[in-house]
Amino acid sequence: MDWQIAGFLAVDGFTSGAIYALLALALVLVFSVTRIILVPLGELMVYAGVTLALLGHDRVPATGALLLAMGVACFALELWEARRGTTPRRLALAAVKFLALPLALLLITRWAAPRALPLPLDMALTTLLIVPMGPMLYRIVFQPMAEASTLVLLIVSVATHFALTGLGLVMFGPEGWSAAPLWDASFDLAGVPLSGQSLAIWASSLLLMLALYLFFSRTLPGKALRAVAVNRLGARLIGVGSAQAGRLTFTLATAIVTACGMLAAPLTALTYDGGFVIALKGFIGAIIGGLVGYPLAAAGALLVGLLEAFASFWASSYKEVIVFTLVLPVLLWRSLASHGRHHDDEEEE
Amino acid sequence: MAAILQVRDLHVSYDKVEAVHGVELRVEAGSIVTVIGPNGAGKSTTLNAIMGTLPNTGAVRGELRYLGEDIAPLPVEQRVAAGMCLVPETRELFASMSVADNLVLGAYPRKRAGDRRYLDQLDVVYDLFPRLKERAGQAAGTLSGGERQMLALGRALMSKPKLLMLDEPSLGLAPLIVKEIFRIVSELRRTGVAILLIEQNARAALQVADYGYVLETGALVMQGPAAELAANPRVVETYLGLARNAGDR
Repeated sequence: MDWQIAGFLAVDGFTSGAIYALLALALVLVFSVTRIILVPLGELMVYAGVTLALLGHDRVPATGALLLAMGVACFALELWEARRGTTPRRLALAAVKFLALPLALLLITRWAAPRALPLPLDMALTTLLIVPMGPMLYRIVFQPMAEASTLVLLIVSVATHFALTGLGLVMFGPEGWSAAPLWDASFDLAGVPLSGQSLAIWASSLLLMLALYLFFSRTLPGKALRAVAVNRLGARLIGVGSAQAGRLTFTLATAIVTACGMLAAPLTALTYDGGFVIALKGFIGAIIGGLVGYPLAAAGALLVGLLEAFASFWASSYKEVIVFTLVLPVLLWRSLASHGRHHDDEEEE
Repeated sequence: MAAILQVRDLHVSYDKVEAVHGVELRVEAGSIVTVIGPNGAGKSTTLNAIMGTLPNTGAVRGELRYLGEDIAPLPVEQRVAAGMCLVPETRELFASMSVADNLVLGAYPRKRAGDRRYLDQLDVVYDLFPRLKERAGQAAGTLSGGERQMLALGRALMSKPKLLMLDEPSLGLAPLIVKEIFRIVSELRRTGVAILLIEQNARAALQVADYGYVLETGALVMQGPAAELAANPRVVETYLGLARNAGDR
């Protein structure tokens, strides 16, 4: 391997690593606040990527109809709970949120899809279609069982993943979809080709991470989410409810993976079942961060991306094996390291 | 005068075991009411039932009225939003976050209610507890026991509660700090907040309180103005005598 190939692989590794890093952050965020390992984040990412690709090919994405279906389910749940008493204002609000807005988005999608709209408009529409699915998913699947054990939450999360994968097959068919690049340019960095898309991915990942950092360190809602992650009972005592925190967390995480999907769609053809493996790589990064530390999780995910790129050069048929094997030494090291720490905790309390 | 909190015939059971049998409580605006009693009498259970923070196995029966409204069906968050605030025995601080962040988070319900000046209590809290100001940037988990109790109290005050409920604020603290905490509790009376104070340290509790209830094995055995209770021979023998022997802690 000469250094030019190494540079090429490094660019490739950092590009996919940046996407894994965003996924890792979303996974850590959801887990720390709600204790859910949200496997279906991979599917939501694919939904976003394919929706953007379909809009780019001037076809109508079925995700608009899915959003409306989810909205109807949420509204039905609201009605079911309203039997114990509600205000007309609350019901009207729910009707707007779960019925009127999704319906409006569906109609806009139907109208916009056949027209060749500029890419930023397609991206905005994709964001509006996919991001609300996060909180709706929380409302339908997880909110009714928020107090369940981590294991039960994981099982339900895996079940949701299978359901969303199946829906993906129904909506998009078995073929892969890819979108036009955000920035169709190519640079030459001392012999190493550097695509505009890679630069766009790096820049957007950094911006998103900075935005998240500011949100969690500077704003009260961000601090409230951290508070839920640190101490669930303490958070309830200051009036931060688990349902409200769950909704906000799912919205944020879905927004992050929507960005991931739209960034990844020009790189590779996304298939209905491709999200799982991508999310799994983000998950490995998150595991390296112990599912709690954001910077470590992001660094771990970058490492996964780099390892994958170099492994595909040296031993391409084993690249997935090599990446997923990384989790073993990491878990061993973390369990040894946390063993010492737990003793300290017990002494403190 | 209307009661801030009115509890009638409160029964709490865990699974099938009843821990509290028909407790009655009344807390009026601007007053300090204390519930004393030995370990395991059901004091914390009563408080958790009022706040809605019982574990999932807990079941509540009876009447809970806050400002005249039935709060039994409300989740914790709505009780907090209505101005109730509990400082639990375990404090439940956000250990890895800074002291200042813990305090700011205490004002969360006011921010959510759209109060623009939701941080206006910060100076008041720093005046009450200068130590917290010194340690504003420090993680809450690094504080000493007394400082943690101050932070828990301070965080509660940030929400400007109408009803403040304190569960064993003196637990595990040095005598000097206990004195300080009780001095501040009695000072709070002037701000108009109603305080429901649960204590094993009966002597200190009856000194600051206006009215007292004695709870034993889940039932009320006595109640009356705090001064009368403090003079009652049975209370003196069971609670205060013991405290005298053990030294005023």
